[in-house]
Amino acid sequence: MASSVGMGRPRNMHLYVSVIVLALVAGGIAADRPAGGRSWTGSISAAASPLVRFIEWFGELGAFCGRVARAAFTRPFEFRELISQMESIGARSLPLVALAGAAVGVVLSLQTRASLGRFGAKSMLPSIIIFSMIKETGPIITALVVAGRVASGIGAELGSMKVTEQIDAMEASAVDPFKYLAATRIVACILMLPLLTVASDFCGILMGWVSDTLAEAISLRLFLNSGLNGVTFNDFIPPTLKTAAFGAIMGAVASFQGMRAKGGTAGVGFATTSAVVISSLMIIVADVVLVRLILVFFPA
Amino acid sequence: MSVATNPIVIRGLQKSFGAQMVLNRIDLTIDRGKTLAVLGQSGTGKSVLLKIIIGLILPDSGSIEIEGQDIATVPRDRLNEIRKKIGFLFQNAALYDSLTVAENVDFPLARNTQLSREQRAQRVRELLSKVGMEGAADKLPSEISGGMQKRVGLARALALNPEIVLFDEPTAGLDPITADEIDGLIAGLQKERSMTSVVVTHDIHGVRFYSDRVVMLREGTIVMDGTFANFEKSKDEFLARFLKTAA
Repeated sequence: MASSVGMGRPRNMHLYVSVIVLALVAGGIAADRPAGGRSWTGSISAAASPLVRFIEWFGELGAFCGRVARAAFTRPFEFRELISQMESIGARSLPLVALAGAAVGVVLSLQTRASLGRFGAKSMLPSIIIFSMIKETGPIITALVVAGRVASGIGAELGSMKVTEQIDAMEASAVDPFKYLAATRIVACILMLPLLTVASDFCGILMGWVSDTLAEAISLRLFLNSGLNGVTFNDFIPPTLKTAAFGAIMGAVASFQGMRAKGGTAGVGFATTSAVVISSLMIIVADVVLVRLILVFFPA
Repeated sequence: MSVATNPIVIRGLQKSFGAQMVLNRIDLTIDRGKTLAVLGQSGTGKSVLLKIIIGLILPDSGSIEIEGQDIATVPRDRLNEIRKKIGFLFQNAALYDSLTVAENVDFPLARNTQLSREQRAQRVRELLSKVGMEGAADKLPSEISGGMQKRVGLARALALNPEIVLFDEPTAGLDPITADEIDGLIAGLQKERSMTSVVVTHDIHGVRFYSDRVVMLREGTIVMDGTFANFEKSKDEFLARFLKTAA
C-alpha cells in the first residue's frame, strides 16, 4: 500500500513543481524589466500585463533562436571563434566546476553518513554519493555554477557591444552577429556543459571518498566497487547529456538578453543580471521536465 | 536623373520612435562621387538617416534605393552584398574592444573576401598607413586616443573598397587639430577615390572644406538643400543662427 501511494505522489509533485517554477520564471522575467512607461488602464490589464510581457519575451526569444539556428548552419562557419568560446566557456570554468563538485561531494558524504548511521546502512554511503552525483547533483550544480559565470559574462559582453554600437558595426560590415556572436557562444555552451559535468561528477565522487575515508577508513577501490555496483549507462549518460540542453538555455538566454540591451551602462547591468536570473530559473524548470523524460525513456 | 546614375535615392522616408516623428517625408537623391553634408541640431534624425541607409534601422514608410535596390525590402543575403559596397564610420568608432587595431581592420576582410592571410595583412598595413596608424597595429582600442580610434574606424570602413561611405559625426569629441586632420583625411579620400559620401556633422569648418552639397534637417524635415555658399547666404533666421553658433 505504501508503495502505491508513493507511486502517485512523484507525478503530481512534478506537475506542481513545474507550475510553481514556471510562475517564478514568468515573475522573474516580468520583474526584471526596467521600470517606467507603464499605463495601467484597469485591474484586468494590470493583471494581464506581466503575462503579456512574458509571452512577448518568449516569442522574441523563439524568433531569436530561429535566426541563430539558421545562421549556425549557413556557411562560412566561424570555427576559430567557436574554439575560442569553447576555451573561454569550458576550460576557464573547469576550476570553478571542480571546486563546486568537490564541495558537494564532501557535503553529501558528511550529511548522508549521519542519516544512514541511524538506520545502520552506512555501507550504502558510496552508492548514495555516486548515484546522487551522476544522476542529479553533478549536472544541476554544474549548470547553475556555469550559468552564474558564463551567462553573466555573455550578457555583459554582448550588452556592452550592443550599447557601444559594436554589433551595429558588425552588421554594417556585412558580418552576421547572430552567427559570429550568438551561435558560437550557444554551441560552445552545448558542447562544454556535458564535459564540465563529467569533471564535476569526478571531483564530487573523489572528495566524497576522501571525506568518507577520513571518517572511517575505506580504500578507493572498495568505495568505487561498492558505489558503482548496479550503476548502468542509463544512470550516467542521459543525466550527463541533459546538461547540453542546460547549455543551450544559458547560451541562448544570455546572448538574447545581451543583444537586446539598450540604455547605456544601466542596460548592460540589466542584461547581465537578467541573463543569470532567467537562465538559472529556466535551467531548473527544464531539469524538472528532462528528469521526467529520462525516467520515461530510460527507466531504472 | 535615372536611378542608375544615383547611388542613393530616398523617397518619402518616414521614421518614428513611439509618438516622436524623427524623419518626416524625406526625399533625397545623392549624386555619384559627391559629398553630402547633413546638418541639424541633435535629435533631428541625422544618425537615424545614416542607419536607415545601411539597413540597421527599418523605415516606417518610403523607399531607400542603394544602386537601384530598395534596402528595406531586399532579402538578408542581398542586403549583405549591398553593405559590402558601403563603409560606415560610427560616431564613437565602435571598434571591437577585444580585438587589436589590425584585427579590427582585418575583420571585414577575413569574412568578406577571398584574400590570403598575407594579402590581408598587406591590405591592413596599407589602410593603417593611409590613416597614419601603422605604428598602433598591435594595440587594443582602449590603449589609443579617441582621435586615433576614429582613424582606425575609418581604415575599417574603407577595408572593402566601398563605393559609398557614411560618416556619423567623424569629428565629434575631438580637439580642433585632430578634427582638422580627420577632415583632411575625408577630403583626401574623396579626391583620391571619388567615393559617394554622406557626412553627418556639426563641424562647419569641415563642411566648408569637403562638402559638395549641404542638407539641413529640422524637426524631421529638410529645411535647406544646396551648396555651402547657398547656406552661408541664406537669410533664414534658423540657418543664420546655426551657422553663427556652430562656426
